[in-house]
Order: sequence, then structure tokens, then C-alpha cells
Amino acid sequence: MNKKWLSFPYLLWAIGFIIIPLCMVFYYGFTDRDGVMTFENVVAIFSPEHRKALFLALLLSLISTILCIILAYPLSLILAKMGNGKNSFLVIIFILPMWMNFLLRTLAWQTLLEKNGVINSILTYLHLPSLTIINTPAAIILGMVYNFLPFMVLPIYNSLSKIDPNVMNAARDLGANGFQAFLKITLPLSMPGVISGITMVFVPALTTFVISTLLGGSKILLIGNVIEQEFTQASNWHLGSGLSVVLMIFIVISIVVSSLSDKDGEGAGF
Amino acid sequence: MNKILHKIYLFLILLFLYAPIATLVVLSFNASKTRAKWGGFTFKWYQALFQNEVILEAFYTTLLIALLSALFATIIGTIAAIAMNGMKKGSKAAFMAVTNIPMLNAEIVTGISLMLLFISFGMRFGFSTVLFAHITFNIPYVILSVLPRLKQMNPSTFEAALDLGASPVYAFFKVILPDIFPGIISGFLMAFTMSLDDFIITHFTKGPGLDTLSTKIYTELKKGIKPEMYSLSTLIFITVLILLLLVNKTPKDKKNKKGSLQEEIIL
Repeated sequence: MNKKWLSFPYLLWAIGFIIIPLCMVFYYGFTDRDGVMTFENVVAIFSPEHRKALFLALLLSLISTILCIILAYPLSLILAKMGNGKNSFLVIIFILPMWMNFLLRTLAWQTLLEKNGVINSILTYLHLPSLTIINTPAAIILGMVYNFLPFMVLPIYNSLSKIDPNVMNAARDLGANGFQAFLKITLPLSMPGVISGITMVFVPALTTFVISTLLGGSKILLIGNVIEQEFTQASNWHLGSGLSVVLMIFIVISIVVSSLSDKDGEGAGF
Repeated sequence: MNKILHKIYLFLILLFLYAPIATLVVLSFNASKTRAKWGGFTFKWYQALFQNEVILEAFYTTLLIALLSALFATIIGTIAAIAMNGMKKGSKAAFMAVTNIPMLNAEIVTGISLMLLFISFGMRFGFSTVLFAHITFNIPYVILSVLPRLKQMNPSTFEAALDLGASPVYAFFKVILPDIFPGIISGFLMAFTMSLDDFIITHFTKGPGLDTLSTKIYTELKKGIKPEMYSLSTLIFITVLILLLLVNKTPKDKKNKKGSLQEEIIL
């Protein structure tokens, strides 16, 4: 049966609202206000302030991604080990926070972290030294880990729960101890999940401007903040687009790396 | 011993994930207007909420955009998924690649790319631009939840219906649609919730006169969030909880367990 014409509505939509807009970003990025072609907007990434914002964004998103792996892997192991019936319930528990408006959730961390906030009140009550991380890069990292942890847990959990328990049993039968079996069986088989988790955490963390605005005070600028300001305050769309092109280079790198190491699309997610 | 450690670890993670939510719920009952102080228990923000027309209108806009964008995305996405399921490998891969762009690309880039598009075509920023943007980022969620359902289907049933004299349209409604319906529903609910929760793309595609809850909160940041916002988001949270439970109640046969997990990953 010929179903080709069925793809037309989506094809038109995708060209109009996905492909053409992306081309516009490139067009704006490589032209100046008079429409003359220039590399200035892209090269602008090397100016000291932009370089600093990009470097800081890369650093913070890298740290958050690593922290997410460290937190998410044991969690996914525990979840995968629990009975099957409980799983959907637990998945809901971990996805559910994502549905409360994420601006408000992140803002709530302000209340928790503030100098006289909830956490410090508890620490003072316990006679422990107080925590002063609000408006520092540490608070931004916390916000990133908080917001994107579920994106790491779910793919890892998914790849872990796909592992046939008999493979594990065979390893144990053949004399591997628990740790060896984990190292030789579980870890390699769950790598696709970890890698897909890395892309799903790294890209939004690298490009965020909301978390840094909410938890970093007004002084810490990430590359996302710079681009956002070029569009909403400075109205320099050409510069903003040029910097976005640079950002896309990093996104493409992370996607290519993840698809190379995950050839059969085993890693959950997309 | 190990089990206790597991429980403690789970508890700590849950604490980390739910502490801000608990904070917001507590703040919605806080009589003092600032976030910093506890001024006693009150229901007044819940009453004030229903008199605050600005917030209610933003809420109404948010819901309307979520509903319409999810509806259009479901229609376009389902048709696209059916078409893609019948495609040869090459063109299917090309369609998948395009479908993945809005999902993998940074939201800020998707947002500004659409903003530049609307500017270049002289469209007036407002409800329709936000709606177009939301349909665009919602379609992939529908496609990715309908496609696995289609793959599991036995193509012979459709052919059998045709052999028995059904018209293709009739056969579609009688044979294909019932089979993929759970996928369509979960795609719709996913799209709806993604739209409800979106801030970044709305931020770049909305006009000055229009506000969704997210953009309203963002503009209120400097002046201080109105406590009614906390009571509204507490109510929304409970609603979403119910919605999620409903998604999970969608009938799922055992064979489809992997497919449904896949769907949830996308969430």
C-alpha cells in the first residue's frame, strides 16, 4: 500500500519549523546587520568575556554530569534490583518532581540554601557550620544536578533492567564473584544507558540560562545567559546566533560521540 | 544490611528531589508574604488565587496552549508515525533524524531559531507563535510513543481487513487505531505535560501581551513571587500526580513492557 502521501503534513511541518529555523540561526550567525557575510559573530566567542562564560558553562556542566552519573548509577542499580511490580511506581516517584514548574522548584532551592534558609537553620540547630553556597557556582551545580538527575537515572535504569538475569547467573556459575560479575557483565551492558544519559544531562546543563539566573545571583554568566541577553536585552540577534552556532558545535560533538559508542540504539531515550 | 543501605540511599535521593517541592507546598500555606519567614498557617493564598485574574489568565493560556498543541501534535505525529512505519530504511532514518533534532538540540537554540523564523516572516508574536512552537517540540514525543506500537502490530491484520472488503479508511479505524490507541494516548499526555512545563521556548516565542505560568513566574522573579503562585502550583502538582497515575493505568500487555518503559524514558 502506498502510504507516502501520509508523510507530507509532517514533512512540511518539519521543513517549516525545524529545518528552516535552524538555517536562519546559521544565516544570522554568519551575517552582520547589513546582511554582509562575516565570521565576526562566531569568532566573538574568543573575546575574553564570552570565552569565560563558555569555559564556566563547560566546567559546570561537566561537573554536574559526573555528579549525576555518581548519584544515578547506584540508584538505578537499586531500582532495577527491586521487584518488577514496584518499578513503575518508583519511576513515577522519580519523574514526578519534573512536573512541578521547574522555575519554582529551582527557586525553592533559594529558600533552602539562603543564609538564614531552611538548611542553615537546621545546621545551626545541630551546631554545625553553616553552608554558604547560594549565588556561587556550587549552587548552580546543585541546581543542574537537581534538575537533570532524572535524565541520567532513566536511561541507566532502562539499560540495567534489560540485562537478562541469566547472563549474570552464568557469570556466577563460572566462578566470578559479585564484584567481578558487575565489572565484566553489568557495567559494560549498561554503558549505552550511561552514554545516552550523558548527552541528556550535558546538553541542557551546558546551555541553561535559567538555573544560573535563579541560583547564581546576577554576577555569574554562563554562555546561555550571554545568548539570552543578546536576544532579549541587547537585541543583537546576529551575535546571539553566532554564539548559538558555537554552542551547536558542542551539542553535535556530544551527540556524535554518544551515537558512535551506541551503534545499535540500545541506549534508551530516543 | 545491604537492604537497609539501599533504603537509606533511596530515602536521601527522595529527600533531595522532594525537598524543594515540600518547600513550595509549605510556602503556599505561609501567612507571611516573603519566602524567608514563616508567619503562621493560612489558607488565604488559595482564596486569593481565585480572585487573582492575572494568574488565572496565565493559567488558562498555559492550559489552552498545552491542550491545543498536544492535540495538533497528536494528529500530525500519529499520521507521520504511520507513514514512517511503512517507509524504506533510508527515508525512515532521515525522518527519524529530523524528528530527533528538537529533542536533542538545546531548548535555547530551538527557541531562538523559531523566534528568528517568526520575525523573518513578519508574524505577530503572541498566542499563535507560541502554539506553533509548542506543536513543533511536541510532535517528536507523539511519534516516538506511537512508532513502537505500530512496529508490534501484525501487518497482516490490516491486509486481512482489506481482503474481507473493508475500505482502507474503515480498516484503519477498525484494525490499526484500536491497536495503537494506548500509544496515541500516552503520546498526547506526554505532549500535554511537556507543553505545560515549558519555559525556555515560550520565553523566546511569546509576545509582550501574552503570559503562560512559566513566563509569568520569570517576570515576577525580580519583584518577588506572589504567594498565590505557590498555591496554584501545589494544586497543579496534585493534578499532575493524578494525570501520571492515569498514564500508568493505560492498559499495557506484558509484551509491551519494554515499549512502555521507553515511553517513560522520554518523559
